[in-house]
Amino acid sequence: MKEIKIKTRDLSLFYGPKMALNSISLDIPEKEVTAFIGPSGCGKSTFLRTLNRMNDLIPNVRITGEVLIDSLNIYDRQIDVVNLRKKVGMVFQKSNPFAKSIFENVAYGPRINGINHKAKLEEIVETSLKKAFIWEEVKDRLHDSAMGLSGGQQQRMCIARTLAVEPEVILMDEPASALDPISTAKIEELIFELKKNYTIVIVTHNMQQAARVSDLTAFFYLGELIEFGKTKKIFTTPDKKHTEEYITGRFG
Amino acid sequence: MENPINKKEFVFTRESLKKKFRWSEFLSEKIITGVAFLSITIIVLIFFFVFKESIPIFYAKKKEPVKVETIQKQEQYGGESEQSQTNSSGQEQYGVTTNDTMMIENQARVEDTIVHGSDQATFKSLTGKQWLPVSDNPRYGLIPLFVGTLKITLIAMLFAAPIAILAALFSAAFAPYWMREIIKPAIELLAGFPSVVIGFFALMVMASFFQNIFGYDGRLNAFVGGVAMALAAIPIIFTITEDALTAVPRTYTEASLALGATRWQTALFVTLPAATPGIFAAVLLGIGRVFGETMIALMATGNAAMISANPFESVRTLAATIGAEMAEVVFGDTHYNVLFLIGSLLFVFNFSLNALAEFYVKGKLVKRFQGKQS
Repeated sequence: MKEIKIKTRDLSLFYGPKMALNSISLDIPEKEVTAFIGPSGCGKSTFLRTLNRMNDLIPNVRITGEVLIDSLNIYDRQIDVVNLRKKVGMVFQKSNPFAKSIFENVAYGPRINGINHKAKLEEIVETSLKKAFIWEEVKDRLHDSAMGLSGGQQQRMCIARTLAVEPEVILMDEPASALDPISTAKIEELIFELKKNYTIVIVTHNMQQAARVSDLTAFFYLGELIEFGKTKKIFTTPDKKHTEEYITGRFG
Repeated sequence: MENPINKKEFVFTRESLKKKFRWSEFLSEKIITGVAFLSITIIVLIFFFVFKESIPIFYAKKKEPVKVETIQKQEQYGGESEQSQTNSSGQEQYGVTTNDTMMIENQARVEDTIVHGSDQATFKSLTGKQWLPVSDNPRYGLIPLFVGTLKITLIAMLFAAPIAILAALFSAAFAPYWMREIIKPAIELLAGFPSVVIGFFALMVMASFFQNIFGYDGRLNAFVGGVAMALAAIPIIFTITEDALTAVPRTYTEASLALGATRWQTALFVTLPAATPGIFAAVLLGIGRVFGETMIALMATGNAAMISANPFESVRTLAATIGAEMAEVVFGDTHYNVLFLIGSLLFVFNFSLNALAEFYVKGKLVKRFQGKQS
């Protein structure tokens, strides 16, 4: 087992009076892919968003418990959420490029971090796009609008954009759910490559995808963590009956 | 339920599926269509009326030169006055003058004017630098009115645009939810504020206030008028800008924040640029508002038609000119026609501004969010 990167302890989250997460305790190891599965509304996306405090944006959210990243509680008052998000990047379900050129999209992160040197920016953009396996497809049209890319290309560009700020953890919220099988395959291949250098947490509805890309799988149901363990074990001999029923498609 | 589909006896026969004529629906549809076309027709007719009334000035020379209406020059309040005191009724006449004796009496003077050739609103005289429509030697130069209007618009926009855009940015990107719920309706209510009240406030309070600060001579001038107009334009610019900013997809903001941008960076580099077409439209509509604003201009600008770059000089705007002079002008006179020409110009200008805001911006937005061009 590798070192633990993210640790949550009794993490509960409330939207107003409604409990969305019920004391989740979970250890996510470094440089592995951890997948969250579960039916819609089970809290897996909400949980993912607590890991880089994107839930701060939603009014009336209350969080109890701890999230420790590198044994630092990110909900500590002293933590600067802006710097946290630089370390914990996020890729969204729907690709969300800015209405700018591909170059500007990827360069946005470094730019707001104060890198203005042109050659340096070009270098970062190129390496980021290469890491996201999209460089060959876009290198001749870096200055065209990112809106003109296909859905799969947009999503990979968004991953490149996330990589450009050099995060340590990448959270992916159903990154391939809006994509066709070929684009999905490319994204999965990419995830496989990225886990060499990054800790990846991925939420997915697609059980085969979880089985293919992840090392560890967590099954959520109604805001509770039902089971967490090695993907192989979860998908072959789960401990809980609930998990087995979901995985075999008997409910959910 | 009375729905025939749910009835047991409903069957798919030629009879049950036969087309039915629904009277009430047919009628209401026609009525709504009629009302819609009526409103459009009314607007078009108004424009044609205004435009038609302004046409004669371009043909004035071909007409009979003797125009009895010029007797109205007695109502002047500027320029050289040589009122014919002998004419007892002339001073009281605002409407159509059909008095034959008057016509004869004034024949000589009128012809004199014609000889000078200045009562003809030719293109040359319309582009003159003097607006003296009721002097004996009337001059209908629109340039000072244009300059005044543009000056006021510029001053108003310099104040209104930054204030309104920043306020909208605050409301859309920074204000907590409860505060936004207060700010937005409050400013939108201001849009319904009667302009005469703003004008009154400018006349009584702002004029003295700014005079104390800047120490200029004339209390009422372009600056006071411009600031008062800004008050009228801010709600419009604010509302539309705010809508444009909140229409920026949430995913943009999230993407930016997830990259470690601060809220300020996100607002400045992501939200604001994405909303530029909408903000542009907002400013255009604000300009339109100021351009056509009459009451504030009448009350707070001093109404002296002069050309100067000094913001603390009086100005007279196009709209205020109509407002001030239309009541006193002689029906069918050149002056009357020129006022209608001004009306047409105002219409055309505001129409083009709105059209630009509508079509250019919509096209731009669609392109921006759907791709191809950056």
